[in-house]
Amino acid sequence: MKILIPTPLRQYAEKRDTIEVQAGNVGEALSALTTQHPDLRRHLYTDDGRLRAFVNVYVNDEDIRYLQKEQTALQENDTISIIPSIAGGCCCCCCR
Amino acid sequence: MLKIPQSIYAEMRLHGEETYPHECCGVLLGAFDGDNARVVKALARAGNTRTDSPENRYNIDPRELVRIQREGRERGFDIVGFYHSHPDHPAQWSKTDLAEAHWIGCSYVITSVQQRAAEKTNSFLLSGTDEEGKYFEDEQLIVG
Repeated sequence: MKILIPTPLRQYAEKRDTIEVQAGNVGEALSALTTQHPDLRRHLYTDDGRLRAFVNVYVNDEDIRYLQKEQTALQENDTISIIPSIAGGCCCCCCR
Repeated sequence: MLKIPQSIYAEMRLHGEETYPHECCGVLLGAFDGDNARVVKALARAGNTRTDSPENRYNIDPRELVRIQREGRERGFDIVGFYHSHPDHPAQWSKTDLAEAHWIGCSYVITSVQQRAAEKTNSFLLSGTDEEGKYFEDEQLIVG
């Protein structure tokens, strides 16, 4: 299966936008990814080993938070997308 | 530097006028031209999921980003940036904009929409080497 690497993380993955891995579940796939490219780990995970809150992981079109999280099983042709959050706003609430 | 065709620039600003007084948001697709430039080839409007506070907050559903990214890749495009509007506020990034920005290396374009009319549009490059040291820097916006 393949893992799509978002723009901000490609510099830690030899500038590649796609990485092929073999894994049984999402956790194993991300472990394989960070084993191949160790610099990615601190950008994906907190110091205590959890995925950062703004890091969304999808298997095809499904958010793993609503599946079995990192235990989500994978098929050979699955695509894992790492999608950092996109959000913002014009001002702090105190401005109102 | 962000290079954007006039037609896409106009469409981006129009989106902000249409959603006023709410913030609009969307994705800029294109290509990276070396380390210092992004070239926009297409725009993908996105929905603002912050229905609780759309006048001063936006959020793009990651599922929508997955779709936009897939469709972009099919056309040979990459995600090079994002845009949103500031209704009746300046086209300058806020503390919230920075705190919620995570796509280092991409452009964040902001349009000030004053009383339903798009005024200034500015672009900012999210820079730095990691989440803890990220910052916005002004970047040249070339339209045409």
